[in-house]
Amino acid sequence: MADNGDDDSAYRIKEGDYVVLKRGDIYKAVQIQPKKKVIFEKQWFFLDNAVGNLYRTTFEIVSGALKLQKPKDSGSSTDAKQGGIDNRNIVDDGKSQKLTRDDIEGLKEQGLKPQEIIQELIKNSSTFGDKTEYAQDKYIKKKKKKYENTVTILKPSCRILAMMYHGREPGKVCHLRYDTLAQMLTLANIHAGSKVLVFETCAGLVLGAVMERMGGYGSVIQMYPGGEPVRAGVENFGFPTHFHDTLHDFPICRVNALLAGTLDTTAKEPTAGGDLKQPDAAAGEEQKQPGAEQQGSPEEQSMETNSAADGVQDLEREEKEKLREAKAQEKKVKMEEKRKKLAAAAALLEGRNADGLVIASRFHPCPVLMGLLKFLSPSRPFVVYSQYKEPLIECYTKLKEQGGAVNIRLTDTWLRHYQVLPNRTHPLLLMSGGGGYILSGMTVAVDRSKPSGSRRAEEPAPKRQKLTDTEG
Amino acid sequence: MSFVEYSDCIQDGDVAIIYLSHDSMMPVKVQQGAQTQTRYGVIRHSSDLIGQRYGSKVTCSKGGWVHVLHPTPELWTVSLPHRTQILYTTDIATITMMLELKPGSVVCESGTGSGSLSHAILRTIAPTGHLHTVEFHQQRAEKVAEEFKEHRVDHLVTVRNQDVCKEGFGVTGVADAVFLDIPSPWEAVGHAKAAMKRHGGRVCSFSPCIEQVQRTCEALADQGFEEISTLEVLLRVHDVRTVSLSLPDFGPDPSPPTHPDGSEKSAPTSGPNQTAVSLKTTTPPREIPGHTGYLTFATKPRT
Repeated sequence: MADNGDDDSAYRIKEGDYVVLKRGDIYKAVQIQPKKKVIFEKQWFFLDNAVGNLYRTTFEIVSGALKLQKPKDSGSSTDAKQGGIDNRNIVDDGKSQKLTRDDIEGLKEQGLKPQEIIQELIKNSSTFGDKTEYAQDKYIKKKKKKYENTVTILKPSCRILAMMYHGREPGKVCHLRYDTLAQMLTLANIHAGSKVLVFETCAGLVLGAVMERMGGYGSVIQMYPGGEPVRAGVENFGFPTHFHDTLHDFPICRVNALLAGTLDTTAKEPTAGGDLKQPDAAAGEEQKQPGAEQQGSPEEQSMETNSAADGVQDLEREEKEKLREAKAQEKKVKMEEKRKKLAAAAALLEGRNADGLVIASRFHPCPVLMGLLKFLSPSRPFVVYSQYKEPLIECYTKLKEQGGAVNIRLTDTWLRHYQVLPNRTHPLLLMSGGGGYILSGMTVAVDRSKPSGSRRAEEPAPKRQKLTDTEG
Repeated sequence: MSFVEYSDCIQDGDVAIIYLSHDSMMPVKVQQGAQTQTRYGVIRHSSDLIGQRYGSKVTCSKGGWVHVLHPTPELWTVSLPHRTQILYTTDIATITMMLELKPGSVVCESGTGSGSLSHAILRTIAPTGHLHTVEFHQQRAEKVAEEFKEHRVDHLVTVRNQDVCKEGFGVTGVADAVFLDIPSPWEAVGHAKAAMKRHGGRVCSFSPCIEQVQRTCEALADQGFEEISTLEVLLRVHDVRTVSLSLPDFGPDPSPPTHPDGSEKSAPTSGPNQTAVSLKTTTPPREIPGHTGYLTFATKPRT
C-alpha cells in the first residue's frame, strides 16, 4: 500500500482541513482540529486519528475515537436465510422480536459490532424466517442503518455541501435544492476568467459554488446587504488561500453612490463627510486630526502633574494610554485595509462590464435584480433564485417593461431518485415544489430610440387567453 | 470570442448567435462580405456585425430587428445543428455538478454525438482541464472536431473516432470524471474505470430506458463503484400570462349598501361595473418536455 508521498498528499487528510463527515445520506461539515470533539449522528468523537489517512476512508467510532475499518469488516456477512413466499401469515403484533431495548443496550455495551448485533436480532426474531428474501434484505439494510457506527470523511465539493445544506439546514439556504443550484451555475455560464456578481443570503453556499466553478481565475464580487458580508459557508469548501484573492465584496448601501459617481474611496482623514462608514462613529473621533495620537502627550503630561506623587498610578495610566494608542493604530490600519478593499471592488464594478449575475436571497428579488443588472455588459446571463414564484413573476414583468433583456425564462426542476435493484426497481420520493424557482435571461444593449415594449410579445394577447379560460 | 472566454466586440471568424425570439435562435459564422437571411430580412456581416458590440440590436433589410449574442454552451445547445438526439441544459447542469466538474478537471466522454454536452464540459474545465471525447461515427467525429476548432476550444479537447466499448477512451489513469451516453453503457464500465485516476473519481451514465439503467448499475457494482445513485431531472417552464377571469352576475344586490364610503374596496360583486378580474399568473406551456433519460452516478474508490 506504500505510494510515493507526493502523489498522495493532495488526497490525504491534514490538520486544519475542512472536511465533510458522511454516514449514509447524512452529511456534516467540520474542520479537523486537534483534540476537538465533534458530534455527528448522536455520537461524540475526536477526529485526530483521521489525520494522515486518505480522503473517502471509512472509520469506526470506538470509544470516542476513530479507528480504521478493516476491509473484511465492511463486507456484508449477514446472508439472508431461506425466506417465505409472501406475508399472508405474518402478523405484526410488535412481539416478534424477543430482545428488549435493554438487552440490545447490553449487547452494545459488551462491545458487539453492528453485524453481530444484527445477527442477534435475526436469531431472536420469530418472523424473520417467514419473510420473503427481499423483505429479509430490507430488514437487514434497515438494521444496518440503525446500528451503524461508521463515518466516512470526504473532501468537500459543491455537490456534497449543497446536498448537506438542503438535507440539514434548508432554512439557511432559502430552501435552495441542490439541483436548482446546479441549474443556476450552468445558466449563469459561470466559468474561469469571468467577473461575476453574487448577491446571496444562503450562508455562503452559492458564493462558494460560484468560486468552485471559477477555479481561482477571474473575480467574484459579493454584493452584501447590511454591515458585513456573511460567508461562513465558503470556508466549508476548503479553498486554497489564493482563491480568496479573487473574492471581493461591496456593500449594496453604496451602490447608488457608485452609480451616481459620488462614491469617494480616496484615502482621507475621517471627517464628517461620511464616505466611509466608521465602525464606531463616536463624534469625538471624527473630529480628530492626523496628529491625534501626539495630542495624547500633553494630556498625559497634565495628568502626570496632577498625580505627581503617586508613581504607580502614573505607570498604570501610561500603560492604558499606550494600549489605547495601539488600539487606535490598529483600527487605523484596519480602516485603511477596508477602504482599499472598497476601492478595489468599486473599480471592478465601475466599468459596468460584469459577465454574470447570480441572486439567491430572502430579499425581494425584483429591486435587487433591477439595481444590479446595471453592472452587467450586454449579452451576459443573469440568474435569480427565489423560494417563491410570485416575486419572480414581478421581476419578469418589470424586465419586459424596461427592456434590456431577452430569453427570459421562469422555471423550476423536478428531481426524482430511483431504487435500482433486480426485480425491485422503482422511483422513490419525488422532490418537486420544494426546490425553489429560477428566473434566467440574457442582457442586451438598451435601445434608447424605441419604446422598450417588446413588439414580439412573448405573452399572447389577453383577449385570446380569455376565450380559452372561459370555455366549458 | 470563444466558447470559454467572453469578448466584447464581434470579429471576423467569430461564431455569433442571432436571437430572433425565445424559441428562434441561429448560430452564424461571421465573415467579411457574407450575408445571413432571416425572416426579418438580410443581415450584412461586414456592416451589421463586424465591429458591433455583442448584445447589440441589428436591423435587418426588411426593417425588422434581431439581437446578436455572444455564444455560450447553453445558447449553442438550443441552436446547434442536430446530428443526433442531444442533451439539454437541464440534464447538462445536473451532470456538471454531480460529476464535480471544475477548472482543471480531466473528463472522458462517449458518445460525442452533436457536441451539446461537450461544449458545456469544455466551458467548465477551461483553462487547465482536458476533454477526451470518443465518437464511433466517422463523419460526426469529424464534424464535431471542426466545430471545436471554429469555437476556439480545440486546445482543450481530443476527439477520437473509435468504439469505446471495444477500445476504451484512448487514455488511462487520467480522468476525474467519465460520462457515458451510449446504447450499452455496461460494456464500457470497465474502460471507464481504467480511464479514471487511481485516486478515484466520478462516473455518470445517461440512458433513456430503465433496463439499460439496471444493467449499468449491476456492472458498476461489479466493478467496485460506490455511491451508485440513479435519478432524473425534469424541467418545468412557467409562462407568465395576464389572465382575465369573468365575474358571475347574481343579479342586483337586494340589501341596502352598508359601507359608509361606498368604496370599491368591498367585494367585487358589489359594483355592477366590474365584469372581470385581471391577474398575473403563470401557466405551463402546451407541451411540457418530459422524460429525456435516467442519470446514474457513482464514485470510483481508490484502486
